[in-house]
Amino acid sequence: MRIENVVCPFCGCLCDDIVVEVEGNRVTAVKKVCSSGRSLFVNAHTGAASPTVDGKEVEWPEAIDAAARILTDSASPLIYGLSSTASEAQRKAIALADLLGASIDSTSSVCHGPTTIGIQSQGEPTCTLGEVKHRADLVIFWGCNPAEAHQRHFARYSVSARGKLTPQGRKDRTVVVVDVRPTRSSRSADIFLQPRPGCDYEVLTALRALLKGETPDITDVGGVGVAQLADLVERMKGCRFGVIFFGMGVTQTGGKYLNITELLALVAELNDHTRFTAMPMRGHGNVAGADCTLTWQTGYPFAINFARGYPQYNPGEFTAVDMLARQEADAALIIASDPVAHFPRQAAQRLSQIPTIVLDPEMNLTAREAKVVLPTAIYGVSAAGTAYRMDNVPLPLKKVVDSPQPTDEQVLDWMIERVKT
Amino acid sequence: MTMSEFILITGRTARQGAALHKGKGSGEYRQATGFVEMSLADMERLGIEEGQLVRVRTAFGEAELELREGDLPEGMIFVPMGPAANALIGVETRGTGMPDSKGLEAEVEPL
Amino acid sequence: MIGIINGEVYDPQNGINGEVRDIWIEDGKIVSTSPPLIPPKVGGEIPVPAGLSNPAASPPGPALSLALNTAEGKVEGLGGTEGGQIIDAAGLVVMPGGVDIHSHIVGAKVNAGRKFRPEDHRDHVRARGVLISPLEGGLRGVTRSGSGYTVPSTFMTGYGYAEMGYTTVMEAATAPLVARHTHEELEDTPMLDTGVFITMGNNHFIMKCIRDGQREKARDYVAWLLGASKGYAIKIVNPGGVENWKWGRNVGELDDEVIGFGVTPRQIVATLAWINDELGLPHVPHIHGINLGQTGNARTTVETIEALEGRRAHFCHLQFLSYAGEPGKSLRSGAAEIARAVNEHPNVTVDVGQVIFGEATTMTSDGPLQYRLHKLTGNKWLNDDVEGETGGGVVPMQYKRSNPINAIQWLIGLELFLLIDDPWRVFLTTDHPNAGPFFYYPQVIKLLMDRDYRAEMLAGIHRRARKGALLPGLDREYSLYEIAIVTRAGTARALGLRNKGHLGVGADADVTIYRKLDDKEAMFARPYLVLKDGQVVACDGQIVREVQGRTLYVAPPYDPGIEADLRAHFEECYTISYDNYPVAPEYLTRSEVIPCA
Repeated sequence: MRIENVVCPFCGCLCDDIVVEVEGNRVTAVKKVCSSGRSLFVNAHTGAASPTVDGKEVEWPEAIDAAARILTDSASPLIYGLSSTASEAQRKAIALADLLGASIDSTSSVCHGPTTIGIQSQGEPTCTLGEVKHRADLVIFWGCNPAEAHQRHFARYSVSARGKLTPQGRKDRTVVVVDVRPTRSSRSADIFLQPRPGCDYEVLTALRALLKGETPDITDVGGVGVAQLADLVERMKGCRFGVIFFGMGVTQTGGKYLNITELLALVAELNDHTRFTAMPMRGHGNVAGADCTLTWQTGYPFAINFARGYPQYNPGEFTAVDMLARQEADAALIIASDPVAHFPRQAAQRLSQIPTIVLDPEMNLTAREAKVVLPTAIYGVSAAGTAYRMDNVPLPLKKVVDSPQPTDEQVLDWMIERVKT
Repeated sequence: MTMSEFILITGRTARQGAALHKGKGSGEYRQATGFVEMSLADMERLGIEEGQLVRVRTAFGEAELELREGDLPEGMIFVPMGPAANALIGVETRGTGMPDSKGLEAEVEPL
Repeated sequence: MIGIINGEVYDPQNGINGEVRDIWIEDGKIVSTSPPLIPPKVGGEIPVPAGLSNPAASPPGPALSLALNTAEGKVEGLGGTEGGQIIDAAGLVVMPGGVDIHSHIVGAKVNAGRKFRPEDHRDHVRARGVLISPLEGGLRGVTRSGSGYTVPSTFMTGYGYAEMGYTTVMEAATAPLVARHTHEELEDTPMLDTGVFITMGNNHFIMKCIRDGQREKARDYVAWLLGASKGYAIKIVNPGGVENWKWGRNVGELDDEVIGFGVTPRQIVATLAWINDELGLPHVPHIHGINLGQTGNARTTVETIEALEGRRAHFCHLQFLSYAGEPGKSLRSGAAEIARAVNEHPNVTVDVGQVIFGEATTMTSDGPLQYRLHKLTGNKWLNDDVEGETGGGVVPMQYKRSNPINAIQWLIGLELFLLIDDPWRVFLTTDHPNAGPFFYYPQVIKLLMDRDYRAEMLAGIHRRARKGALLPGLDREYSLYEIAIVTRAGTARALGLRNKGHLGVGADADVTIYRKLDDKEAMFARPYLVLKDGQVVACDGQIVREVQGRTLYVAPPYDPGIEADLRAHFEECYTISYDNYPVAPEYLTRSEVIPCA
């Protein structure tokens, strides 16, 4: 059976032209997809798995009971993850947090949380990816490496994509990469700027100064020649429609959200000269959805706590790494993510010291340390739902194979009912 | 053997992204995340070769990783995100929620 | 079965102006109304009209325990759902539930506004609540927590409107590409029936059809689009100007060209007005005109009204489009000329978009406008251009009495209310949250009903605004009947919602009961009881029952032959596939299709 227009749920590209062939409830072929997406579909399993408590297989009601009890017995539970599950499940997770007076945070906090903080300070001139495809003649990738992390981005949206004003694709664009080291992305660029690590902030402020017509009396900023920066500013002013895609290279280093604030200020100021936009390269497939659902239900996009009976927002206080490192969470519910694999070790270790519940299709590294493991269906493969692309366009995920496992949404519903009684 | 100071960058790679789905206990995942890249010039300066095991140490922890040549400026090393990288990253987020994950001071010691 | 008896009823659609009448409700609908059966009385058995089941005879259901103010002895008692209830509304005002014709409450733009304004939320929070029914056995439900002042979170929005006696709210603008997001948020917005206006005034497919002289194809496209996006009405925002903003430009005149298409705002408006009539849509094209916010825009507003050539349309937040004065010079009120144009064109309805002094958040699909507001105020700026369809932005705003421009804007809104003669064609909005938050509607009602209060507020605004203004000389005071028109009867009629905004037989049993107070702001801010689909949902400004409303949408027929054109258009224009674009019915757990004529 051939299923078309499947949405790949792996990364923020959410490519929705994937073709999946299924035979006997197994994916036998996947077309148009990148290597990460292929691996996701091809390795998707559909066998049954029982939930476990303390490593022992149990029936679902017992597992839900154990999970609910952990959460209601705790004084400061933390719900974390959310970025690889559907919005329908995210909404349930937030309802559970509200009910419990818990903290809730998404993987944004170690990804584009600093971007959100920058946007809250500065605003964000942005657009949907189709605008880039059709109009952008100057495309800048700052601190990100789409050739590795968003493999079809260039072809579908930003570099070789052919659009109405960019019919020749790559030839109609000037591509600039800014990174501290050469990458596969920089090797395909027209211009490669290589600042020293931690110097993005200086480079961005220098660009803003040059844009304002200042003439710096130095020759070099953060390892980049001022002449190169001046040239970039001229190109930015003179383009028809420019875009800066940015990633962990600016959110994770140096000033973090201060880098983003400068970048967004630069882009806003460029709109006095021409049209210019910015877009964060969202990593996980539905982390943008986590921002959206948390925001519409609580008012805030991450780092939220309900202990007072209403939502409070404080990055640094209610963000997962901080709460775990300071031992302020005494129980954890990890949904659709693997913090033991991705958090700094000192924070990851805390998860094996407190009772942890995991909702995930995989026995991931976090699940190996968890007290209760609830195996669920794979969003976008054996569970349908909604996911939000990096430009916040929402797409309908399909179920291409059946799984005996319940969905994240279903399990969270059971937990909510159990906690209520 | 001598240690040498570097700036550590961590990040995603396509191989790590594909290997994720084979399971984080898999050989592929270990292969895709268990290495450190360094420029040829630095390798020659330190007298270490591709394939050798080295110890990378930061203020927060250490990891033993296989050395590979990478297209990097001198003085910089790259480790893919994963368990090894996690050992090297601290929990200080400076009030942002985001740990310092790039641009860390690291020492490399050939084993 | 519920009877609301002895209330002073205001039901303008049925010509009822404060008469004492009984209203009977069954299965969520009004099934009968009549003059009062018995004189007002507290307590005792109440006879029921023949043919309707007698609530006193039904098996008594469990009683709901509510914190009622029974000091006045007004409420007899609210029985359980099986047993039937009598609400003795003697001395109270009874109106249909409020119907808001234009508000920005859900969707991508609103949510971006929420996300980037945490400072808006911190001091305005709503704690989670617990709905208890001791006789029904413990916990009946929880209400969700939330935060936000100008941009409240979704649960807070639903509860806030319901506590204020509103039961239907129309989401003012959604780009169809992201309609799915709007519908997801509506699922988390309780208490209200809603509908979504779909922005089309800068839509590439439509503009191509106009350019190629193919308005029938555009008509089929619009029909398909409304069904695909589960939308209620055609929304037009700065026609042509938002497309030009993608080139850093705008439009200023009805005959300016849209870059890359060679069509004009006049053609876009005329074509969509024609399409609206062809499809027989329940509402009319809902228009945010060109030059919004600019001094001198009253001229192009009048020209746009005239460009309709008699076709029906609705002009939203008209206050922002009623500015006289020379462009680049001082702002003056254009309310007189705009009101005259509205009075002379019976094919036009309007909502005012009244300014409320205080904090606001501007959010529109008008990309170039939002950029201008950013430059004017220096406030942080969100912009979002949507491929092939529209754009928009968000900028925080503060309206100050001491700022002469804001003061004039405030005056203009009130002048429009008082100079437009027909209350059936001028409606009460604050373009929430652009001119002010929705929970200030009661303040606007008081300003309309109480000229002393108006004079008092007038005295507090910048004197430059008062100089030569019309408002001080306008004595008119709105009656309760007229307020009922501009907040529910008239809006429901303009929306084509036959079962809303009135209390006649067949209407949805959305009813609000108010204490009759001299202070009209207090009266309307905290209704005594609110019923939604025949169930009491709020009492004395507090939610007592959480319900999920319906999404109202239209699904006009279209020529299925258009699919080939649509597929080609998607290939050319969009970065998502045609098959993934429509919003599946599963996204709307409760919905109602409103028929087209």
